[in-house]
Amino acid sequence: MREVPFALLDEQSKKEIRRAILKGVAIPGYQVPFASREMPIGRGWGTGGLQVTLALIGKEDTLKVIDQGADDSVNAINIKKLVQKTTGVETTSRTQDASIVQSRHRIPEVPLTKEQILVLQVPEPEPLRAIERSEYKTKRYHAEKEYSGAYLMLFEQIMRYNQTSQGADYPVLVNGRYVMNPSPIPRFDNPKIDSNEALILFGAGREKKIYAVPPYTNVQSLAFEDYPFVVEQFEGKICRETGLSNVFLDELTDEKTGETYYLCNDTSYMKEVLARKVAVK
Amino acid sequence: MAYVAVRGGAEAIEASLEHLQYERVKEGAYVAVETLQATMRGFLDQVMSESSLYSEQLAGLAMKQSEGNVEEAIFLLRAHRSTLPRLYYSTTTDARNMFVLRRISASFKDIPGGQILGASHDYLHRLLNFDLLQETAADVVAQKAEFEAIEVPDESELPLENLPKVMDYLRQEGLIREFPENDAEPSDITKESMAFPTNRSQRLQTLTRGQTGTVTSLGYAGLRGYGASHPTVGEVRVGWQSIHVAMDDEDDPYYIGAIKLTEVESFIPVNVDSEDKQVLEFDIGYGACFGQNETKAIAMSIVDHALETGGDTPIHDEEFVLLHVDTIESTGFISHLKMPHYVTFQSKLEQMRTIKKEGKSL
Repeated sequence: MREVPFALLDEQSKKEIRRAILKGVAIPGYQVPFASREMPIGRGWGTGGLQVTLALIGKEDTLKVIDQGADDSVNAINIKKLVQKTTGVETTSRTQDASIVQSRHRIPEVPLTKEQILVLQVPEPEPLRAIERSEYKTKRYHAEKEYSGAYLMLFEQIMRYNQTSQGADYPVLVNGRYVMNPSPIPRFDNPKIDSNEALILFGAGREKKIYAVPPYTNVQSLAFEDYPFVVEQFEGKICRETGLSNVFLDELTDEKTGETYYLCNDTSYMKEVLARKVAVK
Repeated sequence: MAYVAVRGGAEAIEASLEHLQYERVKEGAYVAVETLQATMRGFLDQVMSESSLYSEQLAGLAMKQSEGNVEEAIFLLRAHRSTLPRLYYSTTTDARNMFVLRRISASFKDIPGGQILGASHDYLHRLLNFDLLQETAADVVAQKAEFEAIEVPDESELPLENLPKVMDYLRQEGLIREFPENDAEPSDITKESMAFPTNRSQRLQTLTRGQTGTVTSLGYAGLRGYGASHPTVGEVRVGWQSIHVAMDDEDDPYYIGAIKLTEVESFIPVNVDSEDKQVLEFDIGYGACFGQNETKAIAMSIVDHALETGGDTPIHDEEFVLLHVDTIESTGFISHLKMPHYVTFQSKLEQMRTIKKEGKSL
């Protein structure tokens, strides 16, 4: 009966989202409010990232979508299918071939380039929410660069456990100004944000915020001089298929032997390394 | 190959979607959207209100497509909304001009224009009517004909348009607390996200599209002890409200249709300092929503007043109320918990193990 517009959203909405993105790029780490449209996928299932992708995507783009490191997990497939259906763009699982990478909870192992944009889906954009539930107040804390709460939270964890207990979504300081949630990527991925060549955009659909880390921006994970930031340790563990040790690993159980083994979490990277191995043989 | 564990997503989704399609048709039964529109008024009204899209046809379609799942139907309509350009705003419409189908006041026994009960479930004994199990299309047609053959008595020549408001009667007497006229252009929460503190137009817009159950529960909490006081329903009116759109300021506005609207004004006594003494006056709590949704509109009037006046219980906290009443947002975030979280979980697991091993000794 009706035709769905290119990239689903009407042009006015896309324009508004692009304006929010530009403002985000101009103020790295600052959460720019935007109206946030309802998407055909669940609000909390990547609608922020999806809106950013839809507002930016053009016919020439090549899209990669990952969820938890995998290109063919249910949610990644679903988002990719929706974008493809409404735009007809090419999709890929090879990180190097993508111009836009939308991701949930991971930054790919293959380094990004300045030709690429990484769009991260964000469930909770506010790094101070755990210590202050009021948006009215947290907004003021950011304005005043009042981040003692964020440090106190980590300090309390250290007092209790002798180390921080913030797993993923470990807060970072962007360009020496704004404290930001990097989205629930593992701490392992935090250093990748620092001075990345690609533009990194963050979309929080339900919370109606967009923020950005432009290329080559200084991004540091919050830490103390005597308690430096540490990423997840996979000491002595390697990917069973590729033998790689310098990647984020998934922990799995062999159903036959009951043994625990590990696999490279970034599935497209794992496949690529495997293909290379086969070629060498 | 070991990594098959995470593969096969595309095929699995396709199969699941196909399964869903099958569930909709597996009984071999058919229902037309027109039939749903004609017989599911209550459902359509709730769905149109929560999706903030007024179209009985599209609500019927959403109902059919979602197999009567309210949350899904609203979702479909909201997502559809996002694909539509928004070109115009309607002009101000006054419920004084409503074509009234039902209008009652709990504040006075008799009100100017009369109490008009219209069609309501309120006076119904909620007993299952087992006859409906056997009802046929012919029965419906026959019953319709019977009703329509009834001669309408002369007294029913009541005016149903331009009925005076109960509130105006109290206002003339100076019993309503007066506020300066506020003709500020309303905000549009669908075009600009709210910042706190909010203005009233943002609050009313958020509440009117709020989840029926949530708004009702919050209103109930306000009434039961987490709010100021027991309001009296000044007036509930349900009827057809004309909507006009102006191309520019010069033109006469164009009539684009009428929507069914429920409007509620609740009277809430408040203490007011008046010159040398304290007096009691009434505040108005306001509720309005698409369709006939009387419980929601009344609850909305309670929450509206609670948010206007402030206090220390949750229903006075605008962030608590306004950030949690939306159907799409609450169901979306709750349901996202079904998505895989194994990366974040792995990150936590690694940390818990280290803490267990190296943690601080007490």
